[in-house]
Amino acid sequence: MSLDKEKIKHVAKLARISVDEAKVDTLTKDLNSIFKFIEQLNELNTDKVEPLTSILNQSLRSRKDEISDGKIREKILKNSPKKSEEFFIVPKVVE
Amino acid sequence: MSDITNQSLSEILENVKSKKISSLELTQAYIKNIENAKKLNAFITTTFDQALENAKKFDNKPNELLLHGIPLAVKDLFCTENIKTTAGSKILNNFIPSYESTVTKNLWNCGAFLLGKLNCDEFAMGSSNETSFFGNVINPVGDQLVPGGSSGGSSSALAANLTPATIGTDTGGSIRQPASFTGTVGLKPTYGLCSRWGIVAFASSLDQAGPMTKTVSDCAIMLEAMSGFDEKDSTSINKKKETYSKNLKDNIKGLKIGIPKEYRVDNMPKEIDELWEKGKKILKNLGVQLIDISLPHTKYALPTYYIVAPAEASSNLARYDGVRYGHRSQKGKDLIEMYENTRSEGFGDEVKRRILIGTYVLSSGYYDAYYLKAQKVRQLIKKDFDDNFTKVDAILTPSTPSSAFKIGEKKNDPVSMYLNDIFTVPVNLAGLPALSLPAGIDKQGHPLGLQLIGKALDEQKILNIGYAFEKNCCYKNEIKKWWS
Repeated sequence: MSLDKEKIKHVAKLARISVDEAKVDTLTKDLNSIFKFIEQLNELNTDKVEPLTSILNQSLRSRKDEISDGKIREKILKNSPKKSEEFFIVPKVVE
Repeated sequence: MSDITNQSLSEILENVKSKKISSLELTQAYIKNIENAKKLNAFITTTFDQALENAKKFDNKPNELLLHGIPLAVKDLFCTENIKTTAGSKILNNFIPSYESTVTKNLWNCGAFLLGKLNCDEFAMGSSNETSFFGNVINPVGDQLVPGGSSGGSSSALAANLTPATIGTDTGGSIRQPASFTGTVGLKPTYGLCSRWGIVAFASSLDQAGPMTKTVSDCAIMLEAMSGFDEKDSTSINKKKETYSKNLKDNIKGLKIGIPKEYRVDNMPKEIDELWEKGKKILKNLGVQLIDISLPHTKYALPTYYIVAPAEASSNLARYDGVRYGHRSQKGKDLIEMYENTRSEGFGDEVKRRILIGTYVLSSGYYDAYYLKAQKVRQLIKKDFDDNFTKVDAILTPSTPSSAFKIGEKKNDPVSMYLNDIFTVPVNLAGLPALSLPAGIDKQGHPLGLQLIGKALDEQKILNIGYAFEKNCCYKNEIKKWWS
């Protein structure tokens, strides 16, 4: 399997990262060498193996669905690059 | 008193407890060292004023806490309340958390206080600290040498006496490899022993915080202080807190230690092999029984890791969108373009590479071929360890396939950089604890480490073996100060 430039641009679109045209060639080369390395896994037959979904020997705890904090709007908004009153401001989405 | 900062944490604690030195004098000594070590670039942020205030406060209090009056610098991946936390990334360059990570809070509750935030690879993705937005960190072992990564600021600061002990995080070797490169002790605890709450996430099923120290006793003290159940982390293990430092003992006679044949890899320098032999001999003389074992899927650990870790990273890093916190691009005509430009400007090349790998292996049509396949192989890797831990108490391997390399040497070849973690990654995939111990030097005089892998939650045993090893290793890490 090899990744071409178009495929990489598509994946970058999915990941919401704009890729600099000048860097696409290097990126293609690097990603292909990484995938060549990753694909060693195809040597292994894993048909009868259960996928490992948790390394803990315990099931995830459940907790009561109740509010444990709150009234921290100021704190939450504090780091926002752009805000107005109690809102995060983003570029216009709907005309 | 001779230079206090040369001492181990245990010795410093004794001196503070017996009032031979005050916390204020101690803090001042570290501040002086840090100011003289700017060349190493180990710090992203320093909190000197706050540290001096804290030191004075502790000097007036009765000394009854485990880390009473000890200043500590920590990796800049731990969120610290009202102190900038960057994860080594431009995208978090202006992020000031309104909360404290559980692990650092545990340290502060034990009487320690913050001295500063340490440089690291961006989002902990790297093995040389060269991916940090804040520049390379220098290994005090030698100018132009990398300190390892991703906890490179931590290993450099510790080895250069800029902090008496420190903490890092380890997703694929990020504590143990830098410890090995700087001749220090590093422990990656069992997955779930230390809370992940408030640590900037990289790969959530692998990330684990742990101590980096000068000695094994120090390591036991730090682990005791930082570990413990936390209901804010859904994968935190709910068990009684252990007193690792009190229970430390050097009688390891009769223990069985496995030697896995798969860790003798092609092109491994002879010196690493010799170091491993030396380690075996020391343990044998201590009455340990060495047993040859096989971990047949070892070679597949790195390829598995480079599917699992980027997949989890691509999900975790989706939160950096320029809306709620962090860098936001000024370019772009709509919301989508704002996202794309923000992430393109905010992330460095290695982080972008891993997000793209992760996005691809999770994307429609490729999930089974990559991600599901990796989860299955991860099962086989874990089973290798499970099978062997019915026969042995611990496993001894080298920590890394080489000593510290030069800055720039591996930067343009991602796969050769990844190979650095070949001995450390399997442990993260299996969720096990592992300790890297300084064990010798190569012919260039660069430190080399050996790794002890334990059963899940068996930290005490590997600490005991390390403690006995350290006493009998007759290797002392001596770094000449050239940077100030």
